[in-house]
Amino acid sequence: MTHQPNPTGIGAALKRKEDPRFLRGKGRYTDDINLPGQSYAYFLRSAYAHARIKKIDTRAAKKARGVVAVYTSADTAKLGGLPCGWLIHSKDGSPMKEGKHPVLAEGKVRHVGDPVAVIIAETLAQARDAAELVEIDFAELPAVVDMAKAQNKGAAAVHDVAPDNVCYDWELGDKAAVDAAFATAAHVTRLELTNNRLAANPIEPRAAIGDYSSATGEHTLYTTSQNPHVIRLLMGAFVLQIPEHKIRVIAPDVGGGFGSKIYHYAEEALVTWAAAQLERPVKWTSDRSEAFLSDAQGRDHKTVVELALDKDGKFLALRESTLANMGAYLSTFASVIPTWLHGTLLAGQYTTPAIYCNVKAIYTSTVAVDAYRGAGRPEATFLLERVIDLAALETGRDPVELRRLNFIQPHQFPYQTPVALVYDSGNYQATMDQALKAADYAGFEKRRQAAKARGKLRGIGVASYIEACGIAPSNVAGALGARAGLYEAATVRVNPTGSVSVMTGSHSHGQGHETTFAQVVSDKLGIAFDQVEIVHGDTAKIPFGMGTYGSRSIAVGGSAIVKAMDKIIAKGKKIAAHMLEAAEGDMTFENGAFKVAGTDRQKSFGEVAFSAYVPHKYPLDTVEPGLEETAFYDPKNFTFPAGTYICEVEIDPDTGAVEIVAFHAADDFGNIINPMIVEGQVHGGLAQGIGQALFEHCVYDDAGQLVSGSFMDYCMPRADNLPSFNVATSVTVCTHNPLGVKGCGEAGAIGSPPAVINAIVNALKDYGVTHIEMPATPQKIWRAIRSAKKK
Amino acid sequence: MPRVALTVNGKAVTAEVEGRTLLVQLLRENLGLTGTHVGCDTSQCGACTVHVNGRSVKSCTMLAVQAASSAVTTIEGLANGTELHPMQEAFREHHGLQCGFCTPGMVMSAIDLARHNPEADETQVREWLEGNLCRCTGYHNIVKAILAGIKAMLGNAPRGKSAKSRGTSS
Repeated sequence: MTHQPNPTGIGAALKRKEDPRFLRGKGRYTDDINLPGQSYAYFLRSAYAHARIKKIDTRAAKKARGVVAVYTSADTAKLGGLPCGWLIHSKDGSPMKEGKHPVLAEGKVRHVGDPVAVIIAETLAQARDAAELVEIDFAELPAVVDMAKAQNKGAAAVHDVAPDNVCYDWELGDKAAVDAAFATAAHVTRLELTNNRLAANPIEPRAAIGDYSSATGEHTLYTTSQNPHVIRLLMGAFVLQIPEHKIRVIAPDVGGGFGSKIYHYAEEALVTWAAAQLERPVKWTSDRSEAFLSDAQGRDHKTVVELALDKDGKFLALRESTLANMGAYLSTFASVIPTWLHGTLLAGQYTTPAIYCNVKAIYTSTVAVDAYRGAGRPEATFLLERVIDLAALETGRDPVELRRLNFIQPHQFPYQTPVALVYDSGNYQATMDQALKAADYAGFEKRRQAAKARGKLRGIGVASYIEACGIAPSNVAGALGARAGLYEAATVRVNPTGSVSVMTGSHSHGQGHETTFAQVVSDKLGIAFDQVEIVHGDTAKIPFGMGTYGSRSIAVGGSAIVKAMDKIIAKGKKIAAHMLEAAEGDMTFENGAFKVAGTDRQKSFGEVAFSAYVPHKYPLDTVEPGLEETAFYDPKNFTFPAGTYICEVEIDPDTGAVEIVAFHAADDFGNIINPMIVEGQVHGGLAQGIGQALFEHCVYDDAGQLVSGSFMDYCMPRADNLPSFNVATSVTVCTHNPLGVKGCGEAGAIGSPPAVINAIVNALKDYGVTHIEMPATPQKIWRAIRSAKKK
Repeated sequence: MPRVALTVNGKAVTAEVEGRTLLVQLLRENLGLTGTHVGCDTSQCGACTVHVNGRSVKSCTMLAVQAASSAVTTIEGLANGTELHPMQEAFREHHGLQCGFCTPGMVMSAIDLARHNPEADETQVREWLEGNLCRCTGYHNIVKAILAGIKAMLGNAPRGKSAKSRGTSS
């Protein structure tokens, strides 16, 4: 980058460009958009988890006041199903079993909330009123809720293509080597655990508006998406069969996503399709209750994990067997989450030489499960960091020392794990040391005693995580079953007066890209931060994009911008060489100026830009006018953020209530563009991880009803449930992308659940408690204490 | 349909609404003030918080007709031209927002806290935010912003405006 420190460049904690509009109520979220002649859609959803649809009578609803149309599968059956983007093969080589995911239920409903009909009316109230008049004759079928029972002979099948409800039975690793290692182990630690099911719950509910122009045949969809081009591709090619050049997808300001707004949902396709049928805009906005029944949920694993150690505490092998809930339909990326984004992370920060992972994906009569912040990696980190803590407890070792003993050492990078990944860089001792120091780990025993004197049980928990981000090298992803490439695109448009517009395929829904990406441009081109505009979220403005998820925006999207800027600089050198009557090879570019090396002759970036658009003294024979470049960046490898988190809790033994009294995070994200924004990302991730550990749970009853289906019942973390966080970073640079960045979006949610649970188990050690399932509610803890007292 | 007359951000407005129309619907749909957001349907999230006669109210819990004759302030009514309200400025300064969706409700609620308890400490700020959910920030920076925002609101008082009058009541 440039040699002089740039106050608006990489590393500056700049205030965000986005903030003034959000703070003044001037954000433009999908539900804020109203189009002339707009109608309103209301989705009538199944109240049953599993039922045959015998008959639907929409006659009365169609006649109701204000109703424009009522559609059922009779109208939409010719449309394609919602596709899954990743093909997983079972260990026997057979492809996963994919049941059709229709936009409106065809023949039967498969979960509570499955849409059966859509009512479109002049007002939302009229649409809701008319929905009451739709008569549906359901024949209830047994719900499939429990993943183990789902596989039993005689259990109802969610999809005919998967009679035993097994979508796939996948494995990774050298089973024979693992079995052999276990046979010789001095100690084996075994743990059964659940990774609790979560609702992403961005505070903005999903919304979609379809619009159609009969003059141009163009369809426009406004939607709450993390990846508008992906939606255009999936909806156009698979569901509606409309060519991409006739579809424009706009994802304007989006109020949080956390994964749940990656996927292509039925409502998006329905409003787009219906708008063309009716030749008027159709708007749908989810309410929160509907979100609980229709947004893809996260996690939901049942796992057995075993760790084999030698007599010195060195890890010999790890074995995992997991049931992963897919819900009723395969959502866009559902299949890859518990497989390639999970099993590949089981080495963690350790030199475990042999690892084997078996994951069975199960269909159940519940909402679809897909990526939620972390996506497969929190599940891997949780089981690994829990089983290590338990092994330390069982073998009488300090959990920190056991981790240190097994850490991959700094000189071992690049490090090939036994589960397919090559870590390019890291320093796990460094983040561990940083966290221990911040937490005053050495002084904990004193604090425990002081708490004891106050009648409280104090515990400390450590967790060291790794994640694979910057998703993903397309050829690798393709070999593993991806049905798409995972590069990113960017156009850098230098305007005639030297300002810059960047069109990026990444999408910002809270991450602050308009600020961080502008810092990268300011740094690289040496121009003022306020001369850079970041444009995102509109397929008509942006060349292409794979969107924002998997902490990929800066590592992949940012790299695409750098690549485009490299082309701008290369062209600028040609133009400047001509202007300065120098050889192109003698030109350098630094601090915003093109210079003839070794002289004081130079042209500013603005002068070169102007010349490109007013090419009077210009090498027209060899260089085109204009200064605009597009680049696609396909990452060479994943990036590997890593760190250590330490949580300290106090438990009231009389009530089981947990208070987090301190939380320390030490992360290595590689180079950091804006430390203020990075800290904010960590804070948010920590809150979601702590939410998983202590509060959140999608609870289904035996009939498949979501019992915790509102903010009254699903316990979202609130301000008074959480502490202030102590966060710090250290840097090992990513070796394979031009910014040396690793990504920071998901780390907090990945590392924190095991840190919290390890702290709780540590606090309860005198009661002989060895594990507490998430969420560790006061009731669970109180019961654990009480049953220990009875023994 | 009932007709309601009220003052919104200092302007007299009238609107025809159904009896079941909520105040938030009146603001967003009839008046086009889309800065007030709806994040839930059980009055938990607080994204719809506005001021009615100077007190914070979840506008999804109030019928439009109940707001007749009252003075309502929304997030759009806080800034003085391009000059942000001190609480808005504090949220920007302390990175108290990410996606921005809960932000209007947070800011409106925080300004009401400043009036209720200008001495609020971190614990009291966290307790006050019981009715406002944020999924992005982990609340860490929101709490920092509110503590600073309250100070800034009080600090403005000597310039001829009390913390109270720098708030939003009628």
